[in-house]
Amino acid sequence: MIAEAGHYALVLALGLAIVQSIVPMLGARWRDSGLMNVARSSALAQLLFVTLSFGALTMLHVTSDFSVVNVFENSHSLKPLLYKITGVWGNHEGSMLLWVLILALFGAMVAAFGNNLPLSLRARVLAVQGWIAAAFYFFILATSNPFLRIVSPPIEGRDLNPILQDIGLAIHPPMLYLGYVGFSISFSFAVAALIEGRIDAAWARWVRPWTLMAWVFLTLGIAMGSYWAYYELGWGGWWFWDPVENASLMPWLSGTALLHSAVVMEKRNALKVWTILLAIVTFSLSLLGTFLVRSGVLTSVHTFASDPSRGVFILLILCLFIGGSLALYAWRAPSLRQGGLFAPISREGALVLNNLFLTTACVTVLVGTLYPLGLEVLTGDKISVGAPFFNLTFGPLFVPLLIAVPFGPLLAWKRGDLLAAAQRLFAAGVAALMAVALVWAWVKGGPVLAPLAIGLAVFVIVAAISELAERIGLLRVPFRTAMHRAAGLPRSNWGTAFAHAGLGVALIGIVCETTWNSERIASMKPNDTAAIASYSVRLDSLVQRQGPNYREQIAQFVVSRDGQVVGTMSPSKRNFATRGMSTTEAALLTRGASQLYISLGEAGADGAIAVRIYYKPLVLLIWFGPMLMAFGGLLSLSDRRLRVGAPKPARAPHDLQPAE
Amino acid sequence: MALWFVLGLMTALAAFAVLWPLSRGGKFSPSGSELAVYRDQLAEVDRDAMAGLIASPDAEAARVEIGRRMIAASEAAPETSSSVHITARRAVAVVALAGLPALAAGLYLTFGSPSLGDFPLAERQRAEISTASLDRLVGQVEAHLEKNPSDARGWEVLAPVLFKLGRYEDAAKAFRNIIAYKGESASRHADLGEALSAAAGGVISADAKKEFERAVALDNQDIKSRYFLGVAADQDGRTDDARKIWQAMLDSAPADAPWRPLVQAALSQAGGSVAQRNDAPGPTADDIAAAKDLNETDRNVMVRGMVDRLATRLKQDGNDVQGWLRLVRAYMVLGENETARQAVSDAQRIFEKDEQRLRELNDGVKQLGIGG
Repeated sequence: MIAEAGHYALVLALGLAIVQSIVPMLGARWRDSGLMNVARSSALAQLLFVTLSFGALTMLHVTSDFSVVNVFENSHSLKPLLYKITGVWGNHEGSMLLWVLILALFGAMVAAFGNNLPLSLRARVLAVQGWIAAAFYFFILATSNPFLRIVSPPIEGRDLNPILQDIGLAIHPPMLYLGYVGFSISFSFAVAALIEGRIDAAWARWVRPWTLMAWVFLTLGIAMGSYWAYYELGWGGWWFWDPVENASLMPWLSGTALLHSAVVMEKRNALKVWTILLAIVTFSLSLLGTFLVRSGVLTSVHTFASDPSRGVFILLILCLFIGGSLALYAWRAPSLRQGGLFAPISREGALVLNNLFLTTACVTVLVGTLYPLGLEVLTGDKISVGAPFFNLTFGPLFVPLLIAVPFGPLLAWKRGDLLAAAQRLFAAGVAALMAVALVWAWVKGGPVLAPLAIGLAVFVIVAAISELAERIGLLRVPFRTAMHRAAGLPRSNWGTAFAHAGLGVALIGIVCETTWNSERIASMKPNDTAAIASYSVRLDSLVQRQGPNYREQIAQFVVSRDGQVVGTMSPSKRNFATRGMSTTEAALLTRGASQLYISLGEAGADGAIAVRIYYKPLVLLIWFGPMLMAFGGLLSLSDRRLRVGAPKPARAPHDLQPAE
Repeated sequence: MALWFVLGLMTALAAFAVLWPLSRGGKFSPSGSELAVYRDQLAEVDRDAMAGLIASPDAEAARVEIGRRMIAASEAAPETSSSVHITARRAVAVVALAGLPALAAGLYLTFGSPSLGDFPLAERQRAEISTASLDRLVGQVEAHLEKNPSDARGWEVLAPVLFKLGRYEDAAKAFRNIIAYKGESASRHADLGEALSAAAGGVISADAKKEFERAVALDNQDIKSRYFLGVAADQDGRTDDARKIWQAMLDSAPADAPWRPLVQAALSQAGGSVAQRNDAPGPTADDIAAAKDLNETDRNVMVRGMVDRLATRLKQDGNDVQGWLRLVRAYMVLGENETARQAVSDAQRIFEKDEQRLRELNDGVKQLGIGG
């Protein structure tokens, strides 16, 4: 009954989504508040039913009900409980169900907390959400139904792909989806505004918290995915310019641009048409990412679906939504009123520059990702566009962007003074030069660009701090006053500073890891010692162990430095009998922000085992940076002005009357 | 029944979600407006100016601009009136009460399987004990052993079953585990060797041979290993060695050893006609001695008994050409030509698919002088 009830709940959610996509639209047209409010209740009910459906699937996975095809194909009764649960979204059907669950969650959040929106705008936003939801429910039911049954259930399941049996999988896809799907709200707002034909500064304010929330989750999701690839795939790399990674990076880049242009729109009522376009493009890129991952167009670790009918279906959804929204844009955008003007050197100008670089970077990634696909379709040639292409194009785009980052917050709105801003950045510039000199002296030669890049990173970080200091008048006014100002400073300012500093921190990590990373590949027998950086690593023993659904070979290493033992590391290789696959579990030893990384290779006949040892200086900063950024985003989100659904002082409805 | 009840309840809930706002008349529900946003912005400018974050001329400019936006917003604001579109509401109510359930039922009956109950693992395991098929039991034992690989008793149960099921490689693994966890013995090595050679399609591989040799080293009387070592020698082309091994086995074997016929058959194949004549299971010395003392009738009874024994054996295991020929000859000696012919056609039917043996049989029959 659980399976069938879950299935039916999904069907009901589709029905509600269809109602939600039509009725409120008509209600907004006829100004009937009852019809408009159908959006609200049906969005909430939709969340209820999708949650039921998702809960049912989870239940089926937990109880190992192999009469459900999805459970049979992706679970195993011996799997640990945690992976039974994460296995729910570790496969195509389940992950699509998670996708619509999050979509419904965001829809319900707009319904529940969107009291500050005009009724008609909220109705239209939810109706557009309804279109998206209906398309995806139908996609799931027709081509990727997780509730299909087997009449005579097999005794045992086929197990989840062992690579996906990892705690990283428990959090990384939901985070990413929260990001991807979160941008659907910005999209719905944009389309609703186009339909309504009216857009102004208030729109940007309403849409900004949703964008910010999606951006925070996407940032965390990407960072986590990168860390997962780093330790689970056992290659020691953290970013592969894999199309699936690119698919998540593209919405991030355009989402970041959207975040910044929405600020301009909110404050200065400018860049309206451009912001709307960015909102549409960002969600389109999210959909494109879904298409790339889910259709099986790409062959990579992530592509667990390779069914052409699904691909065609998603492509249809993609064309419908991207094509439809862009057509609507082309039709309605020219009629939107343009807003405030500004001089090129101004906060607005800086943000436009930021948008320019971010979108160009985004297009670069898009080209690099889609070009090989297009070429393969047209000529049948298989080429791969890898790191060199992206390093050559992406890098040069980000350097000027990073140089410009500190200037933005220091420039005034409307017309700014570049010279004054530069003067205020004097301290940051000095710090950067010192950093360059220090690094140069310390490494003595080596790559020329690395110290410069570190200097740039230091510049960004120090500038973010000095911008804050400047704002609260630290060192200029008495300390007590400065602290008072710091407390009164809007949290979004703090958020900006943290996010920008995070950028610099991540850059330091990236530069250090790629430049001073050292690697040793050795074939080791017990009691052999390998030296790497200033550490020496001794293979202590090799043991076999039985896990719940695998056998593993564990190598015990003792790590010492200057004769002092600093820790033990035990990387392993796991053999999963059910799928006949093996995975490598790398071992990490964290020393400050640096890490030692050991992963095992093949065992030789003579009792030796191939071992890869890496020393990665400051590698953790790569992920610490995005976490800072996300923290900045959260701070900004918690800003009084933006708080979603913050309880407002009760106001009688008639107080609002003149507002309408 | 419970399922339909739950589905019905869910449908009602969904319909209610659509109907509920419609019932709330023309009352205006709280909603925000742009002006609220601009008011907030003004308040923020005031806050920033008070905290000294922006200079007062800047604050003034910002206030003027926000004021301009407020005016624009109130000009552009749509009328506040909220109409009640009765026809539309009725239509939506119909959709909620009829359309939504119809759509849901239609889709669900297309994709769903309402007749199937749940089969969670725990419940299935309970149900299975009674109706368990061999495969499932084996699966359970294997699952158990996956978790407790050192359970030698489990491997002992599993190994012969796997062997019978024809999963020779798994059987070999299981036998190996028995040796690993319970210690070695001649018979365990012999079983392992047998599984290995079965996995190799009957060829005594080097691995298998090693196991047999190990078994013989542990116990030089181990029948299975000795027999297979003979087979190995035969396969290697050392027919003489093979014959020697088997002959030695027969010499030292008790007369009623159940494996005797097998070794005899092997020996007869390896040794050609000589071995066959000497060792065909005929009347034993005792039988002949007994026969001497019998009169004609009794002798006939005894011969009859022997023939019947042979016939019964062939009925159970007819895969023995020489046996059939002996039977036919016996019937002819007894003068029962009709029964002899019957036996010939029985044998021909058995060897229908085996051309070589059929030819052997027919040749033999021809020599005996009766037509098929």
